[in-house]
Amino acid sequence: MAAEAVGPGPASGPGDSPEGPEANAPERRRKAHGMLKLYYGLSEGEVGSRPSGPDSLDPTDLNGAHFDPEVYLDKLRRECPLAQLMDSETDMVRQIRALDSDMQTLVYENYNKFISATDTIRKMKNDFRKMEDEMDRLANNMAVITDFSARISATLQDRHERITKLAGVHALLRKLQFLFELPSRLTKCVELGAYRQAVHYQGRARAVLQQYQHLPSFRAIQDDCQVIMARLAQQLRQRFREGGSGAPEQAECVELLLALGEPAEELCEEFLAHARGRLEEELRALERELGPSPPAPDVLEFTDRGGSGFVGGLCQVAAAYQELFAAQGPTGAEKLAAFARELGSHYFELVERRLAQEQGGGDNSLLVRALDRFHRRLRAPGAPLAAAGLTESATEIVERVARERLGHHLQGLQAAFLGCLTDVRQALAAPRLAGKEGPSLADLLANVASSILSHIKASLAAVHLFTAKEVSFSNKPYFRGEFCSQGVREGLIVGFIRSMCQTAQSFCDSPGEKGGATPPALLLLLSRLCLDYETATISYILTLTDEQFLVQDQSPVTPVSTLCAEARDTARRLLTHYVKVQGLVISQMLRKSVETRDWLSTLEPRNVRAVMKRVVEDTTAIDVQVGLLYEEGVRKAQSSDSSKRTFSVYSSSRQQGRYAPSYTPSAPMDTNLLSNIQKLFSERIDVFSPVEFNKVSVLTGIIKISLKTLLECVRLRTFGRFGLQQVQVDCHFLQLYLWRFVADEELVHLLLDEVVASAALRCPDPVPMEPSVVEVICERG
Amino acid sequence: MEDDAPVIYGLEFQARALTPQTAETDAIRFLVGTQSLKYDNQIHIIDFDDENNIINKNVLLHQAGEIWHISASPADKGVLATCYNRTSDSRVLGCAAVWRMPKDLESSGQESPDDSASTAQTLELLCHLGSAAPCNVACVAWEPMGEGKKVISLADNHILLWDLQESSSQAVLASSASLEGKGQMRFTSGRWSPHHNCTQVATANDTALRGWDTRSMSQIYCIENAHGQLVRDLDFNPNKQYYLVSCGDDCKVKFWDTRNVTEPVRTLEEHSHWVWSVRYNHSHDQLVLTGSSDSRVILSNMVSISSEPFGHLVDDDDVSDPEEHHSEEKSKEPLQDNVIATYEEHEDSVYAVDWSSADPWLFASLSYDGRLVINRVPRALKYHILL
Repeated sequence: MAAEAVGPGPASGPGDSPEGPEANAPERRRKAHGMLKLYYGLSEGEVGSRPSGPDSLDPTDLNGAHFDPEVYLDKLRRECPLAQLMDSETDMVRQIRALDSDMQTLVYENYNKFISATDTIRKMKNDFRKMEDEMDRLANNMAVITDFSARISATLQDRHERITKLAGVHALLRKLQFLFELPSRLTKCVELGAYRQAVHYQGRARAVLQQYQHLPSFRAIQDDCQVIMARLAQQLRQRFREGGSGAPEQAECVELLLALGEPAEELCEEFLAHARGRLEEELRALERELGPSPPAPDVLEFTDRGGSGFVGGLCQVAAAYQELFAAQGPTGAEKLAAFARELGSHYFELVERRLAQEQGGGDNSLLVRALDRFHRRLRAPGAPLAAAGLTESATEIVERVARERLGHHLQGLQAAFLGCLTDVRQALAAPRLAGKEGPSLADLLANVASSILSHIKASLAAVHLFTAKEVSFSNKPYFRGEFCSQGVREGLIVGFIRSMCQTAQSFCDSPGEKGGATPPALLLLLSRLCLDYETATISYILTLTDEQFLVQDQSPVTPVSTLCAEARDTARRLLTHYVKVQGLVISQMLRKSVETRDWLSTLEPRNVRAVMKRVVEDTTAIDVQVGLLYEEGVRKAQSSDSSKRTFSVYSSSRQQGRYAPSYTPSAPMDTNLLSNIQKLFSERIDVFSPVEFNKVSVLTGIIKISLKTLLECVRLRTFGRFGLQQVQVDCHFLQLYLWRFVADEELVHLLLDEVVASAALRCPDPVPMEPSVVEVICERG
Repeated sequence: MEDDAPVIYGLEFQARALTPQTAETDAIRFLVGTQSLKYDNQIHIIDFDDENNIINKNVLLHQAGEIWHISASPADKGVLATCYNRTSDSRVLGCAAVWRMPKDLESSGQESPDDSASTAQTLELLCHLGSAAPCNVACVAWEPMGEGKKVISLADNHILLWDLQESSSQAVLASSASLEGKGQMRFTSGRWSPHHNCTQVATANDTALRGWDTRSMSQIYCIENAHGQLVRDLDFNPNKQYYLVSCGDDCKVKFWDTRNVTEPVRTLEEHSHWVWSVRYNHSHDQLVLTGSSDSRVILSNMVSISSEPFGHLVDDDDVSDPEEHHSEEKSKEPLQDNVIATYEEHEDSVYAVDWSSADPWLFASLSYDGRLVINRVPRALKYHILL
């Protein structure tokens, strides 16, 4: 109260006076309040919330409780100049005056009130005196009344007692009448079928009859009742057994029977047996739907039916049971649980069979909805069925189905990938028949990539349904963690990418190396596909997955880099295999051409052999093919004379410089020495070396393989003079056309040089052809 | 432990043919045959002095023609067989013959180290292994265990079994068989199995491997498409009777169990070009030597399919020599199949590799430019196998 009073609010003082005449400066008003407070004995300490509180001990504070005028004056005098002193003096005077007038106003206002208050008090004194007299009178009257009342009750006492007794007798008689009438009533009830009523009556009478059964009349009644009730119980049992009526009625029967004191144990058994009968009927109906003959309803309908029919029934039974047999305690609950478990497991079996039929389908939404219904239904029974563990098994079923769906999708993706490959094969095979270019490799690649990606996305979307918020099981720990990380990310996506790589790699290991069961173009395309996966697609897909399935599971997942490395490895192997296959094709041509010819008795070469032209043509075709998918790649800086000028000049000058001495019939040491020295300065050529991801590297690999084959084949033959010359012509021709495909043309020169040198060694009569003639033949060819 | 450096020997001519002197079990001796169309061909008898790391050579003239294949008799140190080409007026004929070395060279190479400059001696011709119809002989194989009386020669598509009589001076055709099939069927290589009383021979033609019974001269097994391309060479595991190894133009080395011809037991793909030659070590069959036209020689350790597996990785129903059995040392950690070493001393294609018949830790390889390199198994491995 005091604190409020000090607040800045205007209407808070003990009197309303201060605000009247002067409301000009709040400071002033506060000062006035302070005064008033002093007046009313409120110490300054109680007003601690004032802003000046902390300084209130300052004796120089004019408004403080500890104000000491001497000190203040002294301080003022000491500290202030004259002008300020004067100012403060006038200010002080003004304030004092204002205070005086405030006080006067207050006194005037309150004076009036005092006077009226005094009048009021005087009047009250008079009134009170009058009231006292009347009160006395009232007390006297009351005493008289009490006296009378006591007398009256004394006289009435006697009668009251009699009346009470009579009433007691009446009640007793009514009870007796009820008892005597009971048999007939019960019969009537039984006849009318009002079993509940009958049981109610019997319940009321039983105790009494029990108590007075030693009296013959009561005994007769009791016997009658018992007979009737036995009949009643019989009828009830009959009705119960017939079981045609629904669960609620049965429950009623049981309840009545219980009330009749039938053994609960037995009833409980019977009740469950009946319930089992009904539920099994439901299950049979479900099973019939499963049967192969009628068209099975869709899975949603099935689970709906199962949910409302079986699960609903089970819930009712459970609820009724718990209500009726609550007294049975834990054994009863255990019985119910066992009952629910048994029927539930049968139900689950049916559901699983139905779900298994669904595995083939591609549509997840229906399945997820069905599972949701199924799961939700089973969750509803909650407490009564918790002991039976049905919810857990339901969750397990849902999880299993989800896992199976994942597997199904993985298979679907793999099948889609294989389908794409088949399409590509067909597309690759088709244009050959048509004679013109079909869709280019790049288009095919784009088709394959986009189709796979769309399949992946579709699968992700389908699987994502399982984790949708509105689905009742999506918040189970499995679906929040393991399903996302291990199932979807690892199992589905990573699994698919891995299997894709494996499928692609299997083309490298195919035993049909000879015929080339796999078209080389497919190898090339797959290699590019894997490379694209390595550079972009994998990380894109995984990011997509991680975004869609906010993976909360902490279990380790395959990092992107590992997958990328795998993809890159696959791409490299495929490309290397492509090089091998194409190299093999060309080297087979070359080998046949060398092996089947009789080089000793060949005629003087007139033109380049057709097989060499074929080699160049094929190489060009491969160049085009690879160029569709791979970048050009880097060439080694070409020697200055070949890049600008015509190639023939270079090769002829080169040939003169290098071959000429080796053909002179000098000592054999010379040729050896020469070739050895040559080798010293050239690097070792790795024939089947791994390739880079570019066109030049691929073609270099193919050409290396082909030329090395040529070399080895030449070494196995013996050449006549013209045979050697033919080799010379052929090699020159190859040199003319092959250099442009390779990274380092020096390589082609080196290998071809070695071919010619080897042919010269294998010739008993090595007379080389004039380089100019060789050139002429090649240009003509 | 530092391994011994390789020893290199250079021939003047191109060379493809290499064999250890099989009957010699004391001295390390290799025979090399040269290929030259213009000059007289030679057979170099190369003795290696293991202690001093010195090579001694003796040269024999082989004037009949360039040598494509050479093999030494397993019984008589002085007897050897060559396959050679004779060129006569625009025809090349592949022939085979059995020769005898001059007596003084037969056993004691070291005793005449200084006569290399002197005129080379000539081989003494014992007999020709030629049939009536001229055909190209690809390979000659001696019966490995016998007394040097039986020889198989592979000529075009015929496989011929010869009996050498009267101290090898006469060759009688005992039996023969032919490959029938469309196209040109030619044997490329053949080996005589040391098992089954020396009654089995395996041959290679095109991409197939075939086994023959020498008693009936009938085919007993056939591995079609053993390699993707031509099969160049094969060899029998000296200790496991059903195992053989083959190599070919698909750069692969494949190990086969002849009881199951559909799948190779193991495949190696270490070479980067055709593999021309493959040899099991005579005593320790986990050591496999391969030579390739990528100019490399690779020594591989195929522990898991050898007769000396550590632990029982392979059920060894084949009973091998008891003293070869080291499998009781299970405390040793099992070795993995791996490449022991790659030898890069050659600068041209390596067409032949072989183990010494005297020292199981030593082998020679021959490249086309006439370079013979003698190497040893790394010591660490040697001790690992022995101890």
